[in-house]
Amino acid sequence: MAYKAKIKVTLRPSILDVQGKAAQHALANLGYSSVESVRIGKYMEVTIEENSAVEAERVCAEICQKLLSNPIMEDFTFELEPVN
Amino acid sequence: MADVTVGIVVFPGSNCDHDTEYAVASFPGVRPVMLWHNDHDLKDSDAIILPGGFSFGDYLRCGSIARFSPLMREVIEFAGKGRPVLGICNGFQVLVESGLLEGALIRNTGKKFVCRQSTIKVVNNSTIFTDGYSQDEVLRLPVAHGEGNYIASPETIESLEANGQVVFRYTDSEGRETDEANFNGSLGNIAGITNRQGNVLGLMPHPERASERLLGSEDGRRLFESLFRHVTGS
Repeated sequence: MAYKAKIKVTLRPSILDVQGKAAQHALANLGYSSVESVRIGKYMEVTIEENSAVEAERVCAEICQKLLSNPIMEDFTFELEPVN
Repeated sequence: MADVTVGIVVFPGSNCDHDTEYAVASFPGVRPVMLWHNDHDLKDSDAIILPGGFSFGDYLRCGSIARFSPLMREVIEFAGKGRPVLGICNGFQVLVESGLLEGALIRNTGKKFVCRQSTIKVVNNSTIFTDGYSQDEVLRLPVAHGEGNYIASPETIESLEANGQVVFRYTDSEGRETDEANFNGSLGNIAGITNRQGNVLGLMPHPERASERLLGSEDGRRLFESLFRHVTGS
């Protein structure tokens, strides 16, 4: 059974996001003065072939911890759905 | 100096590997060997250097993919035996991603990739990499990076400081730890740290690019010299 994991990796709130700040400045220059802040993260889609949703979830959490995010600077969340 | 073999790890995207080879080879009795990341052979190296560059195009996070290259298993084992490992720039990023060094390196606070001469101070000259320098000596070494902003939890910073693991700090030419000198925003102006045992060093500036007078500075030479002296036990 294949599962699609939709993973979001975001910089921890305490980490300065210079990329987001640059985008926010550009938006201010465009006239969007109401945009108070921009934080830029990563979105990943990973297909996992496992026998159960529980197993797929375990694998997904593991790969997020080991490689796809760095817990010192990032947080991750994911949603899992079966692929037909 | 007795014979020393220095292994330089080459990842796809490494671009300071040959500069490092050139600098290392300029020491009498020292033989550089290039180690391909996909191999499992350290070729009897006495010390390992992870060079600068953009391993795997800096995909995902700087150093994060290189950290899982097959050869890194041997490098981590080598470091675990107390043998010397030096990471320069991207090599430093690989070392923090691999857990051989604590903390992380994130985007420079000024948003820019900074490529210029920097001044750093030797704040611990009792390591195997720095005992050729005087305590608080100010060095001129070039930097070239976009992600050199060193961060770590307050507890980690505290223990690094307490154990003398902070080896280099960004300063002005007078050795003052100013905000202006700290061009990438690193916590505590940190430019280089060791592990607890002191056999693994990571730094963002490039000692290999300051290894002969023609390059504008020779201040990087003594880092290699100190290391090679320790390897030979002389």
